[in-house]
Parts: sequence; structure tokens; C-alpha cells
Amino acid sequence: MSTTSISLGAGSRARWWEFAVWILLLLLPVLLPKHSLLVSEITIIALFAMSLDLVLGYSGIVSLGHAAFFGTGAYAAALFAKHINPDPLTGLLVATLVSAALGLVCSPGILRGSDLTRLMVTLGIALILQELANKMDHITGGADGLQGVLMGPVLGRFEFDLMGQTAAYYALAVTLLVFLLLRRWVHSPFGFSLKAIRDNRLRAQAIGIPLHARLMAVYTLAAAIAGLAGGMQAQTTGFASLDVFGFDRSADVLLMLVIGGTGWLWGGLMGAVLFKTLHSLVSALTPQYWTFWIGLFLVLLMLVGREKLLRPWTWGRRS
Amino acid sequence: MLTLLFDGVAYGMLLFVLAIGLSITLGLMNFINLAHGAFAMAGGYTLVLLMQKAGWPFLPSVFMAFAVSALLGLVLEVTLYRRMYHKTHLEQVLFSIGLTFMAVASVDYLVGSTQQLVQLPEFLKGRTELWDGALGMGHYRLAIIVVCALLAWGLQWLLVHTRFGAQLRASVDDRRVAAAMGINVNTIFMATFAVGSGLAGLGGALGAEVLGLDPVFPLKFMIYFLIVVAVGGTSSLTGPLLAALLLGIADVAGKYYVPKLGAFIVYTLMVLILMWRPQGLFTRGNA
Amino acid sequence: MKTFLNLRALMLTLGMTALAAQAQESFKIGLILPMTGQQATTGKQIEAAARLFMAQNGDKVAGRKVELIIKDDGGIPDAAKRIAQELVVNDKVGVLGGFGLTPLALATAPIATQSKTPMVVMAAATSIITEASPFIVRTSFTLAQCSVAMGDWAPKNGIKRVVTLVSDYGPGIDAERFFKERMLLNSGQVIESLRVPLRNPDFAPFLQKVRDLKPDALFVFVPSGAGAAVMKQFLERGMDKAGIKLIGTGDLTDDDQLNDMGEGALGVVTSHHYSAVHPSAVNKKFVDAFKKANNGMRPNFMAVGGYDGMRVIYEALKNTKGGQGGGEALLAAMKGQIFESPRGQIFIDAQTRDIVQNIYLRRVEKKDGELYNVEFDVIKEVKDPGKTK
Repeated sequence: MSTTSISLGAGSRARWWEFAVWILLLLLPVLLPKHSLLVSEITIIALFAMSLDLVLGYSGIVSLGHAAFFGTGAYAAALFAKHINPDPLTGLLVATLVSAALGLVCSPGILRGSDLTRLMVTLGIALILQELANKMDHITGGADGLQGVLMGPVLGRFEFDLMGQTAAYYALAVTLLVFLLLRRWVHSPFGFSLKAIRDNRLRAQAIGIPLHARLMAVYTLAAAIAGLAGGMQAQTTGFASLDVFGFDRSADVLLMLVIGGTGWLWGGLMGAVLFKTLHSLVSALTPQYWTFWIGLFLVLLMLVGREKLLRPWTWGRRS
Repeated sequence: MLTLLFDGVAYGMLLFVLAIGLSITLGLMNFINLAHGAFAMAGGYTLVLLMQKAGWPFLPSVFMAFAVSALLGLVLEVTLYRRMYHKTHLEQVLFSIGLTFMAVASVDYLVGSTQQLVQLPEFLKGRTELWDGALGMGHYRLAIIVVCALLAWGLQWLLVHTRFGAQLRASVDDRRVAAAMGINVNTIFMATFAVGSGLAGLGGALGAEVLGLDPVFPLKFMIYFLIVVAVGGTSSLTGPLLAALLLGIADVAGKYYVPKLGAFIVYTLMVLILMWRPQGLFTRGNA
Repeated sequence: MKTFLNLRALMLTLGMTALAAQAQESFKIGLILPMTGQQATTGKQIEAAARLFMAQNGDKVAGRKVELIIKDDGGIPDAAKRIAQELVVNDKVGVLGGFGLTPLALATAPIATQSKTPMVVMAAATSIITEASPFIVRTSFTLAQCSVAMGDWAPKNGIKRVVTLVSDYGPGIDAERFFKERMLLNSGQVIESLRVPLRNPDFAPFLQKVRDLKPDALFVFVPSGAGAAVMKQFLERGMDKAGIKLIGTGDLTDDDQLNDMGEGALGVVTSHHYSAVHPSAVNKKFVDAFKKANNGMRPNFMAVGGYDGMRVIYEALKNTKGGQGGGEALLAAMKGQIFESPRGQIFIDAQTRDIVQNIYLRRVEKKDGELYNVEFDVIKEVKDPGKTK
């Protein structure tokens, strides 16, 4: 094997700790049955963050409106379950496809312009969808949310229970599958070309990488996965409301990804766990003003830089 | 119809004053400052608190709103923002979002989350009706238009006819060369940021009556400031002015004629404009 | 024989210890409130009222200690549902309460049904909420109750042509519908119905439209906290001078904001179930205690919903001797409760589990240098007309 393919392939071998972490994760509903709800929530958000990583970490596009696809998936799954078929897996497929279609349609918007333009376009799309969902309240329930979503049992056997155990296993299983798929993708020539585009667009174009096609493809993929996460969210909570499109959601997931680290798929998971734990702890202490502490954390994180913050032994040194 | 136009223009001028600081900051320092709305909020609350708690009259309070926000901007620029200039846009976005969260929570804690109400002085209350009600002009809105127009004109004069303005424009165009020519870029940044924040504060104070004022003000209106800057571009003063007017009129007219769609119109318009001309509607070629 | 008696004694002792053990375990009340976000003032008012009630009545009922757990849902239905689930499964609360907005209550309803936990709705006001779960009891009010009262009063007082302006969500749509129906019944007319988005409302263009339509009056419903913005715009457009009266439900002249609205609010007539200046001894005591405990903050109708909600829970606990019989027994003890609240006499309808109360017609007047909603008429024991069952 040439040195290129060895070095490129180096990242793709699964390290031992990755197996360990996944086994631990899958056992969580058994180990911590009381927190199954939190487990499924964090898993779903982690998947959402992973999809954003594709766009941000691997392609360098700053998006403040990724919740547009999350929300589309959520409403698609909820409406499908309510009006057509309550089977979760079919609903999930529908949610993914609908979001992918939307992603494809919106992807030309992120190709051109500066960072600010992309920020505005992505934000704008999310806001438009939120308004649409609000206006079409005879379908979506508007500001009151979509009620009465009763899910059928997963694979015909496992009912969604109050404790949230089924939901946790469901979310974990789906996320693991997607993670494995993404891993393959990211370590393929497709994934490498994305990194090339992120690092230097001009050069990537110079060596013949089809810039627009790649960006559109990755954006569509990210939209599909975000929609998958959204669909799971709607299914496990039995509910969909306007804030699935909200700016808060987009901002939160961006924050999680940055905390966890972009450019390696684990960032989404780590960030989701860290952020949610932080959030739970802080808001238990001060239910009203927890946003202040999150804000402070953000400011410090950005000032100091993620690398330094997570390595306390470097705090004294000047970089 | 004319009243609508009048309302839209007033709204647009207000947005201009609020957003111009953001536009200059972005153009000059290439810094996406999403916390701009927090400075506006600071100005608004300064006005309200001075009038309610300290019994100050309206006009001096407005002036103080400008001063307090400008000072706040100055202090933050020197201590915090300066360290963020060389970082990526993503980090700047998250940093400023963090600042905004802190500001929102602090104000909520210190003042409470109810809508703040401004008691206008008598000469600003009232309304003039022309042509049998076809054009109704609230005196306050009229005052806003006048003040903002003067400000716009003043800023333009500052940019074009003063030395500081020339230095500012040079720094925007090419920072390195400007520094090489002996322009103290750091001072320019500091002064500009302060003025931009002060203007935001002024806008927040003037807008408290029209737009409302509560702790979530920065988050609610941030999108509008961003639209003005993205559509108007950052390389001129007239760009954001026209974009703000366009936005104001479109918003007011949209909500009047098609209330079912409301804010939807503004967002769609923005997305379409940006997809058609990513560098903004009024910028020359490659910005 | 002796062994038999001994056995019985042993079992009795064991039984009593078990009972005692159960009595030692505290009874938890889980309040899910919007403490942040647009409806934060609602959360604050209810929290203050709940704590006031506990301070006044102690934290022990029927030998059991009562614990209050307050969680913020930020006004987001997803969060409300998840928090409710956690409270029921992890914290093992005996009762859920709060719910600042209709979507929050509707989202949580399935949890109450599934876990057989009574849910006391202290703020949300759409009629269908009590039908979403057999475990829901309401101590707030419904828009239907208030709108119908106004729909009766207006035509009798020279107001024939009205434009309605409501926030576009459950309660707003209820208000619009019931007011319109009652107006039509009384030979009045609703010439236009406008709906404003719930989030980030901008009233100026809508009010301009109303101005151009030139009705006798404008009927407004907006959630607690948004009334000031409407009032401001109304006055700024000179609508009062153009001869358009402002009427609405009491959310418009929310006690929380009323005093800051300025003299322009004088004379506005609203219909509601609670005014801070309601002339009764019980109310005076409540308002004074509330102001004292909260830095002079005036209680509003949200606070009264929370205060009475706590009373309903405490009474039910007393009647079930500390919650014996679980959620179903508590629920049964909540139905049919009747007592005097700071707002007047109320009772919880045993059939619909909804609140039956007096609706007052009030006018904004100045009293002791402050603006208050002064009641001048009352419609007694109004049942929610919005029930379909």
C-alpha cells in the first residue's frame, strides 16, 4: 500500500475505546433505568449534532438554522404517524426522505457568499419554516403543537413506555447505525474531498474536486440525518411543536458541537453529553437564570479556546 | 396607505440607527457581533431606569443612553473583543451569543422580565392628521424620522469630510496598509466600536416606545439587524440605510395587507435577495 | 387462642408501622412553570403565590410533610412534557401543577393519564384542556367564560360593530369564537377578526387596519404580559380620539402591568375573574400578604390561580388523609370542592373538573394614586360554555 493510502486510512481503523464507549452507551438503559428519558434525549441531540458536524466540521459551513431540517423531520414523522401509519420505522424513513428533499432544495443557497450570508440564509430558512408551521395550524396545530401522536410498537413488539426504556434503546440503536455509516463515509474519498474543500476551497477546485456538487451532496446528507433525529424526537415524545424550528435549538446544537470538537464524529456525542449535563446541573441550581452561566461558559470557552480549557495544566502558560 | 408608508419609514430609520453599528463593526473588524442587540437593550434600560427611578426627563435620558452604551462598548472592546479579532467567525458568533445570554439573564435578574413602558414627554405625544386621515403621523414617529435622518446625514459627513472618517474608510478597505501608513488602527477600532454601540443604545432608547423593551429584546430583534447588514452590505452607509427602509416598509405593509403571512414575507424576501446577490443588494461587485 | 390474638396484634402493629412509614414520606407537588422566556412573568407570579400559600398554611397536611418542586419549562411544550415525565417517574410527585400556556398543558396531559397523577392547571385557559385527560383539574379560568360575559355586556352598552384582535393560539381562538357567537346572539356585529402571531407580535399594522375599519369598539385578547404593547399602540394611533372604544378580557389590563400603562388606560372596560382590588376581606388579606412577601409586587390573576390551586391540593390531601388511595382518590377529593377564593366564591365542577366562578365587568380607574380594575358588574357562577361534552 502506498504511504498516502496508509496515512489516509489511519483514521479509519476503529480504536478500542470506541467499542468500549458504544457498549457502555447501549447498556445505559439497563444501568441507569431512571434516567432513560435523559438518555434518549441526549442521544437524539447527539445525532443532530453529528449531522451538523458534517456541514460545519467537515465542510466549513457555519449554519445557524440547522433546526430547519430537524423540525421538518419531526413534523413529517408526527404527521405520518397521526394520519397514515403509526409504525415508527416507516415514519423514520419518511422523515429522513422529506428532510433530504428539503436539504437538496436549499443547498444552492449556501454555496455562494460570505460567512454572514450563509448564516443569514440558513437562519432565514429555519425562520420561514417556523412561520409556515405556525400559519398552517389546521395541519400542524400551530402554536399549540401537534397533539395526539400515538406511536405503534417498534418492530411490532416494543411499546413506547412511560419510563422511556424503549425510547432509549430505539434512539441508541438508530444512532449507532448512523454513526457507523457516517464513519465509513467520512473516511472515504468523498469525506477526504470534503476536508480538502474546508481547508482551502481554491486549491480543492484547482485539483478538480467538483465544489458545488460536493457541497450540495453533504448538505443534503446532513439535512437527512437531522431529519432522522427530528423524527425520532417526535416519535419518542409523541409531540411536535413550533420550537423544533427555533433559533434556540440551532444555537444549542452549534454550541454542543463546538464544545465537543468539530471534525471528528465523536464531537457531537461528547458535546451533547457535556452540555446537557451542564444544563441539568445549572438549571437545578437556578431555574430562572441558568442562561447566564451558560453564556459565561461560552464566553470563557471562546476566549480561552477549547484546547486550552479542557487541559487545565496549560492554563498558566502563555501559548 | 400613506400612513403605512410613514410608519414603515419610521420603523426603517430606527432599524438603521440600531444596525449601523453592526454594519461598521463587521466591515471594519470583520467581526460578527451578535451581541449588538445587547448594547441596544442597555441603552433602552438606561432610558427607562433614569426616567422611572431617578426622575430624569426624556431628552437627557436619551443622551445618557447613548453615552452609557458607548462606554460599555469601549470597555468591552478593550477587554474582551480585542482578543477575538483573529479568531474564526464561528468562535466570534458563539462568543457574542454567550455575551447576549449573559446580558439577557442579568437584566432579567436586576430589573425583572416585564415589558418596560416609557412615559413620553407631552410634546412628543399626539398625532397630526393630514388629508382627512389619509396620512396620520404620530409625533413620536415623526421625531424618530427626523432624528435618525440627521444622524445618518451626520455620519455620512463624518465619514466623508473628516480626517477620522478618512482613516476609518482606509482601515475598512485594507487594514494592513492603513497601519503601514501610520494610522493607529487600534484606536480607530476602539472609537468606532464605541460609537457603533452608542448608536445602538440610542436606537434602543428611542425604540423602547415603538418596539417594546424587555430582557429578550436582543434575541427578538437580532435577526432584523442582521438582515439589514446582510442585505445592505458593509462597505457603505447608504446600503444599510436603504436596506433598513426596505425592511421597515415591507414588514409594516406585509402585516397590514396580508396579515396571514406577516413576518414570513420579510424572511422570504431576505433569503431570496441573498440567494440572488450574496454580497448584499447595494454592494459593488466583490465585497 | 392466645397465639391467634398475638398474631392479630402483630399484624396490626405491622400495619400501623407501614401506615406511619407512608405518612413519614413527604408528599411532593411538582410545579411546571415558564420561569424564562416570554411568559416568565406568569411563572414568577404563580411561584410567589404557591410559596405564599405554603408559608401561610404550613408544610404539613394530615401528618404528611409537603414538598414543593418547581421546574422551568421555558414555555416549550417538549420540555414541559419531559419534565413532567421526570417528576412523575424519578421524583414520584403526587400532583402536577402550573402550566403557563395551553400547549404546555396539552403536551403534559398524556403523562397525567398514563401515570394516574392529578394535574392542576393554574394558568392555561383554553376550554379543551380539561378534556385532554380525566386527571386534569383547573383553577385558572377559560377565555370562553370571559368572552361570553363581554359579548353580553357590549351590545347592551351601545357597542354594535366590533373588530376582534386576538393572539393566534388556543385561548385567542376561543376568545374570538365565543365573543363573536355571543355578539351575534345579541344582534351585534363582528366586522373583522384579526389574529396576531403569538411570538414577537407587532401590533402597529394590525391596529392601523382596525383604525381604517372604524368600528364602535376593538375587542382584544393577548396573553398576560402583552397588554401594555397593545394599549400603547392603541393610544399612539389616536384610536380613542377617533371614537373607538377598547374592550377585552382582563388579560389586557393585567394587574401586573396596569399601573405602568399611564392615564391613557383609564376607562377601558374588561371582563375577567379577578381584580387585585376586589372588595372582599379575603382578597385584601391575600393582596397585602403577597405584596409584603414580594417587594410590593401586585398579585394578578395568575397568582390567584396558583394560590387557589395549592388550596385545592391541600384540601384534597386533607380529605384523603394524606393521599391514601393514590392519584384517583386525590382526584375525587378535588372534584366538587367549594370555597371562597380571593377572587370570590368558586367551585370545581365534579363533572367537567373545570372551575366555575364569577365573571366581573371592570373599568380602569384611579384609586389611591394607582390604576386598578374596579368591578362594577358581576355575572355569577359562570360555567365554561366551551365544553363540548
